[in-house]
Order: sequence, then C-alpha cells, then structure tokens
Amino acid sequence: MTQYGFYFDATRCTGCKTCEAACRDYHHLKSGQTYRHVYELEGGDWSQNTDGTWTTNSYTYYTSFACQHCDNPACTHVCPTGAMSKGENGLVDVDKERCIGCGYCAMACPYDNPKVDREAGHSTKCNGCAERVAEGKDPICVEACSMRALELAPVDEIAKKGTQAAIAPLPEPSLTNPNLYIKACHVAQPSGSRDCHVANKSEVK
Amino acid sequence: MSDEFSTMDRRTFVKATGAVGALGAVGALGVGAATLGTKEVALAEGANDERVVWTHCHVNCGGACVLQVHMKGDEIDYIESDNTGDSSFGGYQARACLRGRSLKTWLEGPDRLNYPMKRVEGTKRGEGKYEQISWDEALDTIASEFTRIRETYGNEAIFIQECSGVEQNIMMNNPFFRLFNLLGGEITRYGSYSSAAISFGAYPYTYGGSWGARSYKTLKPNSLVVLFGNAPNDTRMGGDGAGYDLNVAREQKNVRIITIDYRRSELATNQDVEWIPILPGTDAALVAGIAHELITKDLVDTDFLHTYCVGYDEETLPEGAPANSSYKAYILGEGYDKVEKTPAWAAQITRVPEERIIQLAHEIAEADPCFIAQGWGPQRHTNGDYAARAIMALPQLVGQVGKPGTNSGGREGNGSIGLSSLPAGDNPVTTKFPQYLWPEVIAHGPELTAENAGIRGKDKLDTGIKMLINYGNNMMANQNGDINYTTDILRDESLCEFILQYDVNWTDSCNWADIVLPDLTPQETWTLSAAGEANDSLGLWLGQPLYEPKYERREVYEVCGELAKRLGVYDEYSEGGMTREDWCRKLLDKVREKKPQVPTFEQMLEQGIYKEDMEVKDKTEDFILDPEANPLKTATGKIQFYAPELAEFAETWELPEGDVIYPIPAYFPGYDGPESLTSEKPLIITAFHTKATTHSSYANNEAVQEVAKFQAWINPIDAEERGIAHNDMMRIFTDQGEIRMPAKVTTRIMPGVVTVPQGVWHKADMQGDRIDHGGCVNTLCSRHPNVISKGTGQHSCTGQVEKVEG
Repeated sequence: MTQYGFYFDATRCTGCKTCEAACRDYHHLKSGQTYRHVYELEGGDWSQNTDGTWTTNSYTYYTSFACQHCDNPACTHVCPTGAMSKGENGLVDVDKERCIGCGYCAMACPYDNPKVDREAGHSTKCNGCAERVAEGKDPICVEACSMRALELAPVDEIAKKGTQAAIAPLPEPSLTNPNLYIKACHVAQPSGSRDCHVANKSEVK
Repeated sequence: MSDEFSTMDRRTFVKATGAVGALGAVGALGVGAATLGTKEVALAEGANDERVVWTHCHVNCGGACVLQVHMKGDEIDYIESDNTGDSSFGGYQARACLRGRSLKTWLEGPDRLNYPMKRVEGTKRGEGKYEQISWDEALDTIASEFTRIRETYGNEAIFIQECSGVEQNIMMNNPFFRLFNLLGGEITRYGSYSSAAISFGAYPYTYGGSWGARSYKTLKPNSLVVLFGNAPNDTRMGGDGAGYDLNVAREQKNVRIITIDYRRSELATNQDVEWIPILPGTDAALVAGIAHELITKDLVDTDFLHTYCVGYDEETLPEGAPANSSYKAYILGEGYDKVEKTPAWAAQITRVPEERIIQLAHEIAEADPCFIAQGWGPQRHTNGDYAARAIMALPQLVGQVGKPGTNSGGREGNGSIGLSSLPAGDNPVTTKFPQYLWPEVIAHGPELTAENAGIRGKDKLDTGIKMLINYGNNMMANQNGDINYTTDILRDESLCEFILQYDVNWTDSCNWADIVLPDLTPQETWTLSAAGEANDSLGLWLGQPLYEPKYERREVYEVCGELAKRLGVYDEYSEGGMTREDWCRKLLDKVREKKPQVPTFEQMLEQGIYKEDMEVKDKTEDFILDPEANPLKTATGKIQFYAPELAEFAETWELPEGDVIYPIPAYFPGYDGPESLTSEKPLIITAFHTKATTHSSYANNEAVQEVAKFQAWINPIDAEERGIAHNDMMRIFTDQGEIRMPAKVTTRIMPGVVTVPQGVWHKADMQGDRIDHGGCVNTLCSRHPNVISKGTGQHSCTGQVEKVEG
C-alpha cells in the first residue's frame, strides 16, 4: 500500500479559508461542522518610541490542516468497534454502519478531526476525498486552493518538499506519526510554543 | 424551493417558455418565467440526474471566477471551480475563493426576494411594511412614475444608481440605461465608491489619465515592490487574481515586497513580506519624508525629472506658477507652509520611525527596477486626492515610471479581452455629478454647481433626483457614507418621489423603496463575462442558468423589456425581440470578430470557458521614448508635480471650510483625519475589505461567516485600556452614529486605529435609537467628500470604542 499524505506549503498560504469552505460545501457539512481547520496564530507585541512612533515585532501565520491519515492514528486505536480504520492509500475513514457514535475518536485525535454527528449517530471526518482520489482527482480542498498551497500525494514524494508537521498549533508529530508535511513559513513557531497564541479562536471552535 | 416545478415535465416547461419567450407564459402557475431560450441548458430527464453547469461568480471584487456547479436534478450538489489547464503554481486557473465556493447556501438563503412588493400605503419609507403585488402592477407603476416624473421635472430628475452586486457581466444595469436613453435619458454620475479620488482627483492631473500601469506578471527578477494600502490577497483572492500573481512573483522571481498599511493584510502573514505600519490617512506625509531624504542625499533622478516632469523644482514650474510653488520647495521648507518635510517631521505624523523612513528612501533609490503601486484604500480618505498623487510622485522622483518592470505609483495594471457590455445607446442628458453626492443631489439639487459640487456638463443642476433606480446594489442603507443622514433624506417623499429597489435579497435598502422587485442571481440566468480585471489573463466565461426561475423572480433585461413595451419603445429596446441569451451570443461574436480563435457560442455551451495566455504589456511607454512627439493628456503634456488645472480650481472653486486645493501632492490632513483626534474621539475608525464579502454582497451568507467572522480589529494596547477581550461586543461610535460589533484583539492593527469589515448589513431601529446592531461601518462615516474629485472619504473618521457590558 502506498501511504498518501497532505502537503501544505505554508509560505504560499494567505489564510483565505477557501479550502475549508470548499470542503464544507462538497461534503455537505452542517453549520458548525468542519473537516479542515485554518488556524491563525500570532505573537509579538508593540512598543511606542519616545517620539510617538510605533515599532512592532509581531507576526501572524496560518496553518491549514485536516486529517493527517497518521501512521499511528489515535482514532483507530481507541475505536471500540473497528469502525475507524485505514483504507485505500492509507486514508483513514469511518465505517458509518459499524460506528456507534461513542466519541472516543473525537477525544483521542490531537488534530481535532473526527467529530460525532449526534443526529446521524456516527463519527464523521476527513476521508481525504478518497472517492475523488480513486477517480484520479485531487481532494476538493487541494483543487480549491488559489495559491496551490495544498497537495495530496504519496508520502515519499511530499517528504522531499517539506518536513513532517511540527509547527504550532499542531502537536508533536511523535504522538501519531502524521502524514502531513509542511514547508514552514518564515515566522512559524515550533509545536508547543508558548510565544504565540491562536488569534481566531471564534472561527476554529 | 421549486415545488411548482417538481411535478412538471421539465422538457415541456423549457419548450413552452422558449417558444413564447415572454413574461407570464406560465402565469397559471403563478410563476413569471424568464426566457431560457430553446437551446440545451444541459437539462436531463428525471429529477435526480446529475449534470455539471458552467457559470461564474461575479460581484464587484474585480475578479470573476469560474464555477462548475454539480447539480442533482434541480438541486445544487456541490461546486467546483476552474480545474482546466495548468494547475501548477503560476498556471492560469480562475479558482473561486471561499465566497464563490459557498454560493449554494447563498442561492438558497432566507433573504431571497421571491415576489414583487410595494410599500404599504399610508406607511413611511423606513418602516419596512410591504405587501406582495403582481408583476403587472409593479411594472405599470414604474412606467407611469417614469412618465410622470419625466414630464414634471425633466429627464435630469431620473438617476440609475451603480450595480455593484452584478458587476462585470455584459448586462449589469445597462438595460435600464438602454431603456431610459430611448426616452430622453437620465442624469449620470462620474467616479465610483471604489476609485473616485485616484481616478478623478489624481490620475488626470498627474498623468492625464491612467498611464504606466503594469501587472504583477511584469515584475523583473530581484526587483523591489513597495505597496501602499494595497492588499491583493484580501480583496481579489481568486486563482487568477493580482494576489496570486504577486505571490508567484515573490517565490519564482525572488521579488522583495514591502507593504505600507495600517493593518497587517494577508500579504504579510505567511508570505515573507515586510509590513511597515502607518497611521491611516498619512501616506502623503510619508512620501514627503522619503522625498526629503532623496532630495537632500542627491538620490533623485534629476534628468528624468527635468525631461518628463513639470513642477518638481522651480526651473520646471509651468508658466504663471508663483515662486516657491514647486514640490521641491515644499519639501525643503520653502513652500506655502515653510515647513521642512524631514523624515523626523514625517515620523511624527505617520508614526513610522524616522530611521525606517530614511532606510526606505535608500532602498527605493537603490532598487532597479522598483515597482510602486497603491491600492484604493489611501484614496478613500478625505485627503485621498492628495494621497494618491503623492504616492505616484514617489516613483517619479527616482525615475521608476513608464519603463519595464515599473509601475506608475497608481493601481497595478491588467489586461482585457475586449468584451463589450449591452449597448446602452446615447444619453441625451450630458449632466453628471460626483457619485458620492447622490444624496445631496436629492436633497439640494438646484443648489449644486460646477464650482461647489463638481457638477459637469452644466453650471448648475436644475432639479434634484426625483426617481431613483437601484438595481443590484445596496446603496441606500448600507454602502453609502452616513446612513442616518442618507435615510433621513430618503424618508422625505417630497424630495425623491419614487424609489425602486431591484435585487436578489431583501437588504435593509429595500426598506427605503416604494417598489421592490425580485431578481435572478447571475447563476440563475445567462451571463457572459470576461476574466476578472484583477489580472493579466484573458478569459471568457459563458454562464448558463442552473435551473428554471423559481417563484416570481425575473432578470433585468427582460423586465426592462416589459417596461419598454409599456413605454412604447420595445422594438428599439430589444432590436426586434432579442433575448438575454441572444445578447450573450452577439457580444461573444463581436469578440470573435477581432479574435477568431475565440470559440463559437455553441462551443462555449459545451466548454463553458475560454482562456488564453496574453503577452503582458511591459514596453517602455511612448511618452518616455519621445515626450515631445507623444505628450501626456495633462495641461502641460508632461507628468505633473505641479498641476496648472488645480491652480485654476483653487482660484474658482467654492470649498467647505478647512478644505484647500494645492497644485502639488502635498500632505493635507483632511476632514476628520489623523489630526482631528481629541480626548472624546481618540481613535481613528476606518474600514477594510473582509474576505467574507464583496462589499455587501454575500454578507448574509452564514456559511462564509462561520469561517470568516465579522469582527472589528483593535490593538491589544487599546483593547486593554478599555477592558475589551477577544470577541467581546464593542460599541463603536463617531459623530455620525453607533454600531455594535465583536472585537478581534490583534497585533495585526496599529495602536490608535480600529478597523471594521466593510459591507456588513445594516440593522437598526430607524424609528428609534438607530444603533446599528448589524455593524455596518457606513453608519459611522461622514458625508465630507474629497476636495478635488468630490469622491468618497469614507475611510476618514475619528471616534471611540467601549465594551458593551453583559
């Protein structure tokens, strides 16, 4: 099996959120549901000089991510029914028939990806648009990105262009061995950094 | 949704409406169907058939992005965009942004207008009481009011407002112009809310019009790009937009970018772009400080200035100009104010540190080429005429205009495929007024003159606007500055006697109309548009209706045809019965006359879009090659630091107290600008273009707002002083009014400035406290226009912010 993963070129991203909007539209997600997150992080501060002018060392950057289709997925490990599993191309998906909606996957995933749809009675998550990939197409988020900052490709290809995701707000990659490779932008901070904070809490929660 | 159609054989329906091609063909169903034509509309048998319909998004962002709408029967399944051709970084795909991608919920939104409505008799404008009427009653009323007002006041009393919501296709609001021009015409406006000051207060007096503009595709390797108030990754986000081109150039040509802005735009987030924060409205002061360093360190291109420009220094001043009226004299403290414009002087005003101003001057002087461009933010201040001209002066000082790899200092350029709009015919009325002053024309028409209000084509107006046609805009209660003032004028029925609002959604502006008509969206009818003006890419998009018209919605060309029948000019109006679809075909054919490689209408029905790489315009301007043989269209034929036209206006125009006309691009603080701050109004309150909307278009689409919230930006220093935390509700108030909006506490905005996303829908009790709980920034904006162009100064405002407790 060839493991696929997402590549995110953070140097090109402009935080437009079209990836997320396209995903919500294509997957018919309800209000409040999302499979892709765009986090805005910022750090630094402002200081006023004696002549009244201003100087700042502040910075802002976005990170777009969905399911990392991890090598060591937390969601599959905790799933009591085996509904959550890796399929074709190593993409993780949920078997809606088997899933009992217990929510362990949602609690375990450090990337905030699976969510229980209480109305439907099962978990939902990014499946890497497996049905599109099977037809030779890109996932909808990849095709939507104006800046060509996203790709889904075999991991050995994307590992040549970026490094395994280890920037804030993402967790240490050692946790799940994610198949997300990032070309970090000039102001990216390491995972766990306390020098920056999420600047768009109301948009991602 | 389309319950009327669900039981109907779709092919029968299309055949019936196509054959009759007229209104009311299926009147028995209570549905006024627009003409779909008899051509295949990719309709298939059965309700659940899947098909893909090509259409596009076109509002007024400057882009126009391709949409491939995946339909299941009559319902939208999901939306794809342009996935044709080269998908690599640098390739040309008109990929839609989040707004276009989220059209499904907008098309099906709860605010859609479905039936003609009229204001309930006995109620006042603004009360919001409306009742459904028939199309016949609506059209009869509009036609009779047109006739009455024309006969009573003349054609100059009739005005067709802009149509931001449907910009960029061939139709826009041209059917109204086409109709009225057959009946004596109407008063028109000049300038726009986008670019009035730069277009009518800066370009004409600097270059004799737009000149020397290049796209970001023309950038040379290793060049320096300096942008003033220009945020292409916020405003034109499409995959073929200016922001994309600049992003590609940054990565592939090692272009260094500096953005000068009061907020960290998306250009300076992930991309390695330097942000120089500046106090809003002070761009001309920054330029003056840079100019001082360039002049005193002998870094100006004197040969260029002496060959191509007038009024840079005393020896190139035009005849009749007084001594010490040159730009150099102004900078060195010998001009009208005798103040030397040192970098330290500029630092005090702009709040940019002196050393950064000095360094920037040297960076600009050393860069070759240097590409300097401004967005439309700086010129929307009350001193915008001056700001726009000053920014243009900067590349002139170092000889970086009119040559490959440079820009004029104005807006960046773009290409065009040459698609014409529906011909509007000739307007017998030649009187024009500056667009921003339309409420004043309603209220005080006959008092407005060429000298006090920029009236053109006549010395003074003879009448106010008595009939206001609003098609595809949200101007009355949303996009115009000072909503409380504007709606007070509209409330008085003795001033403007008839108001039409014709739109796809019930905006707050509808509450000020006498008749409201329900439109089809561009995706629900035939459209033909050129690729966005935001780029140097050539493209044509043919949009086909996603489904038959629902409820009683009708499109504008056909509706104006119905009015034409009532007014006795239908044959001339429709050129013998042409439909909207026919016009798409005809205007496509017109492009094909010059560009035979463009596909036929039939081919376009199949392929939906046509794209072509263009040779970017990057040659040295003729004026630079030979300025004597190819003079500019300025008064002097040269680039003007000193504009004799403006010197004349300064003598003859009547200006509000405090306003001044300088012939040079001096720093002028402007009305309610950065020097108007007081302890009661200690903050500059301004506006930015949010990714959630294009002006007020899509501002009711909650699907977009979920990912891009409406929040006013405030620096942590200002927020802390007021006890405001992230997402707290704020009251933001100025002399004009008050809005409520949650806070985005962020280091992305300069201290002392609060910025509100522009376009959010106004929502206030206009009979009561008029507090705008929707959060429309124009509740806060003043009426004071620019000095020269009379264009909008909506970005200039001072005020205060408080936390709303509880």
